[in-house]
Amino acid sequence: MSLWSYANPVKFLTLSAKVQPALWVLSGACLCIGLIWGFFFTPDDFRQGSTVKIIYLHVPSALMAINAWFMMLVTSLIWLIRRHHVSALAAKAAAPVGVVMTLIALVTGAIWGQPMWGTWWAWDPRLTSFLILFLFYLGYIALWEAIEDPDTAADLTSVLCLVGSVFAVLSRYAVNFWNQGLHQGASLSLDKEENVADVFYFPLLVAIAGFVLLFLALVLYRTGTEIRLRRARALMAREQRA
Amino acid sequence: MMPDLGKYAEAVLTAYGASIILLVLLVALTFRRGRRARAQLREIEARVKRDG
Amino acid sequence: MRALLIRDLSLAFRAGGGFGLGLAFFLIVTVLVPFSVGPQSALLASIAPGVLWLGALLACLLSLDRLLALDFEDGTLDLLATAPLPLEAAMTVKALAHWITTGLPLVLAAPVLGVLLNLPEQGYFWLVVSLALGTPALSVIGAFGAALTVGIKRGGLLMSLIVLPLYVPTLIFGAEAARRGAQDMDPSTPLLMLAGITAGVVALMPFASAAVLRVNLR
Repeated sequence: MSLWSYANPVKFLTLSAKVQPALWVLSGACLCIGLIWGFFFTPDDFRQGSTVKIIYLHVPSALMAINAWFMMLVTSLIWLIRRHHVSALAAKAAAPVGVVMTLIALVTGAIWGQPMWGTWWAWDPRLTSFLILFLFYLGYIALWEAIEDPDTAADLTSVLCLVGSVFAVLSRYAVNFWNQGLHQGASLSLDKEENVADVFYFPLLVAIAGFVLLFLALVLYRTGTEIRLRRARALMAREQRA
Repeated sequence: MMPDLGKYAEAVLTAYGASIILLVLLVALTFRRGRRARAQLREIEARVKRDG
Repeated sequence: MRALLIRDLSLAFRAGGGFGLGLAFFLIVTVLVPFSVGPQSALLASIAPGVLWLGALLACLLSLDRLLALDFEDGTLDLLATAPLPLEAAMTVKALAHWITTGLPLVLAAPVLGVLLNLPEQGYFWLVVSLALGTPALSVIGAFGAALTVGIKRGGLLMSLIVLPLYVPTLIFGAEAARRGAQDMDPSTPLLMLAGITAGVVALMPFASAAVLRVNLR
């Protein structure tokens, strides 16, 4: 059975119903284990003190913020090319999850940086890129809300997602240029790529798994909601015409 | 039980608190919207079935 | 194509066409800046390139609704969509008309406003160059935003929310080029990046603009 058979709304809802309980339980478990392990059972960092514990929230949410947009990009392309409504609705469903992930990444990033930078916000290239991503999410969600006809909304938001993706990448480079170019050698960025010691690494992996599973559970559930709303809307329209 | 967070206690706790609140809100609102959608669809489908 | 351009230009220049409003806005914003940050010349001189870039950008943004809204309302857009001229070309022409009537005047007015903000002497040339290279991108990106929201009632605010993040790369490189020029540093890197973005955007965005316009005209 090909993946495309789940483009059928009924098949999608059936599969989603089967898979969701496990997803919710697993995500809850991973989140609890990862966060509790990280918060209570890991040591402080030599340089950053106990603020290193924020890593278990910041890194997973930042990863999901970007991956959510990427998933929206893929599903938008699938809608534009193959016109599967479930795909368009999945993109719509993922956006609010992505925006909350971005917000968590921004808030935890700012708080994490505060003891180092002395201010609640600094125009660090990474944080700034996430702020721009946040704005892209807002525009995308606002566009869905502003358009009556579901198919028109799906088309317009899909193109916006595409165009936005290109500009998001452009902005990333521009922002890196913008901050590095001005402050030579400033080590402001919370370097995610710095070698994370094992003792931090494993609870981090579990936390990341928790966030990924939560994202999947939420998007499956929300897509189901969108499918039902679309069907209800279609039935209402038919009622009014009859 | 609570680890000694030292001088960063406020920061770490705010970060955890804010994140957890945001996640809980997201899940709660998701479920609320989902339940409403299911109820609405059930209602309309019943009506359609009844009225043919 | 030329006919469309001439038509758009003459509509803009006619009374009630809105020509000059962008310039007036640019002037007003520039005047407001010293009121908000204080009149110290050194401070104004250091923020002048960025402020002028921002003012030009906002003036461009605010004149975008004229790009398509009127034609949408009176049915001209439907005619354009079915005309032999490809819609992509029509969108390029419309963006060009917007640039000639809004962007270009801003480029020319910027040095005058630079005087108000104590722009350093060596900054004038680079300000004009960076704006000249960047404002076409603003028009073309703006055309996309206008096409996206053309059917939405009072969609101006939504269009701004969508278009402004798209302006960020152009703004960053343009303002940086102007700033480096004002500080007697070499602005060639940001200028090249700016030119590259403008070239890419001018070449490719009309396709996206035409696509969304077709969706909205369905």
